[in-house]
Amino acid sequence: MSRQLHHHTLAELAGKLKAREVSAVELAGHYLGRVRAHADLGAYLATNEECTLKQARAADERIAAGDGGPLAGVPIAHKDIFVTRDFPSTAGSKMLANYRSPFDATVVQRLADAGTVTLGKLNCDEFAMGSANENSAYGPVRNPWDKSRIPGGSSGGSAVAVAAGLAAAATGTDTGGSIRQPASFCGITGIKPTYGRASRYGMIAYASSLDQAGPMARTAEDCALLLSAICGPDPDRDSTSLDVPAEDFTRTLEGSIEGLRIGVPKEFFAEGVAPDVRAAIEAALREYEKLGAKRVEISLPRTELAIPVYYIIAPAEASSNLSRFDGVKFGHRAQQYGDLLDMYKKTRAEGFGLEVQRRIMVGTYVLSHGYYDAYYLQAQKIRRMIADDFQRAFKECDLIAGPVAPTVAWHLGEHGGDPVADYLADIFTLPGSLAGLPGMSIPCGFVEGGGKPLPVGLQLIGNYFDEAKLLNAAHRFQQATDFHLRRPEGF
Amino acid sequence: MSLNSQDIARIAHLARLELHAQESERMLSQINGFFALVEKMRAVDTSGVQPLTHPVAAVRDVQLRLREDVASEPDAREQNQRSAPSVERGLFLVPKVIE
Repeated sequence: MSRQLHHHTLAELAGKLKAREVSAVELAGHYLGRVRAHADLGAYLATNEECTLKQARAADERIAAGDGGPLAGVPIAHKDIFVTRDFPSTAGSKMLANYRSPFDATVVQRLADAGTVTLGKLNCDEFAMGSANENSAYGPVRNPWDKSRIPGGSSGGSAVAVAAGLAAAATGTDTGGSIRQPASFCGITGIKPTYGRASRYGMIAYASSLDQAGPMARTAEDCALLLSAICGPDPDRDSTSLDVPAEDFTRTLEGSIEGLRIGVPKEFFAEGVAPDVRAAIEAALREYEKLGAKRVEISLPRTELAIPVYYIIAPAEASSNLSRFDGVKFGHRAQQYGDLLDMYKKTRAEGFGLEVQRRIMVGTYVLSHGYYDAYYLQAQKIRRMIADDFQRAFKECDLIAGPVAPTVAWHLGEHGGDPVADYLADIFTLPGSLAGLPGMSIPCGFVEGGGKPLPVGLQLIGNYFDEAKLLNAAHRFQQATDFHLRRPEGF
Repeated sequence: MSLNSQDIARIAHLARLELHAQESERMLSQINGFFALVEKMRAVDTSGVQPLTHPVAAVRDVQLRLREDVASEPDAREQNQRSAPSVERGLFLVPKVIE
């Protein structure tokens, strides 16, 4: 089979656009056709062809006028956690069915200013709460490597759109691993920057002290191009946005990694990691040694504690953030109710799915009178200890590497609605999230499951503001391997 | 520590969620299952540790910014009310609160 348009990386497509080998309108049309043809994957929640083609025509004009920039005309899609004027914004919830935002999220705005063309909005777990994309009110997303398996979550639609060639790249959000884990399960590349580098303005809030936006794409180079456009201060609109200037992350991609010290935490290789996943990660670490990196054994002793700490802090913040959904100013309102209190209760019971209700309940409880110190404050203190553990580790190494998740993608329904089973699978992404560190997932191997190849992701964690170092290490790995270029059969 | 059904009813009221008997039962067992996981965290000695709110505050001083108290957004009442469940003459409608 000849190489079709959607088999190219975003950087290659940008080159073709610039060379006028293909127009943004043709490219958008090609991808929109694929979105329709593969609707069974459940990746997209909304498209708006007219609006997409209008953006594409504008991009073509910019390119013709020679003021294109590196992202002009490339077709991407946004996780439905980002609010958009031109498409509905649902957060995967019945609560926001048909909601229309009066403004665009800063991330959406910045990527539009860079000339990207929006193909549509992508399915995700409701309010980004989930690790399998089974918590969307609009149905699950299927993994193109094996349609009976989950794509990971919460940015499951984003990962599948990229893996199945339904978008050249996508935005995602990561609170406890929601970019890295689905990237790993779908065999693509994703990066979550340092907390505070990407604006949270217009990102429907889940846990505000953890939520970060980031790109998901085929390669580290593609992620670098997108992240350069996404990052940068947003002082008037996000009070937690840091005063750290935007960077061109593509500049240092090619640098040598000779002598780079890669820390390998022993806790990331404990019992519970599937042997075939462990073997793929070990092989990737050997590849890094061949490239000149040095392996350093380290310890992150509070890795296991990250699970309860995260699942206290995130629901606490969620219960506060989601109190705005009361059926008054926007969103769902119950049809039948008595007084105002009854309206609130019925509206919220109808509009929120079960996992969201569980997290609101846990959060309300741990913030309630008499329990705050024992749970929420205790969790915030251990959060600092976890962040300090990382700083100790970074005295001995430049980057940390290990698995993204203990297993590959599981089957739809396999966890049988047991929320704790999903929580435990987040163990390796939660520590970096709690510390606010940048982290990425890169394809590093495949294991066999039911006769099909299933992708394994290598997690790289950097110190604060070391996104360039992460992308450099990821790019060098991708220059030496081809895992990131493999595609699921039929896509 | 284990929650009982009265706790669930109280929390649901605080969270403004209507839970039917069957859902309360399921919620109770799932939340108790979750809190079993949390016990390990409660046993950690954290005396003298400052809670961490903005994660980057682990390595540098982070001040949450305040901006000037001036109107920065244009009037967009119509757009803002487009997704409201019930609106009349530019006002959000709710059930009668004061008799």
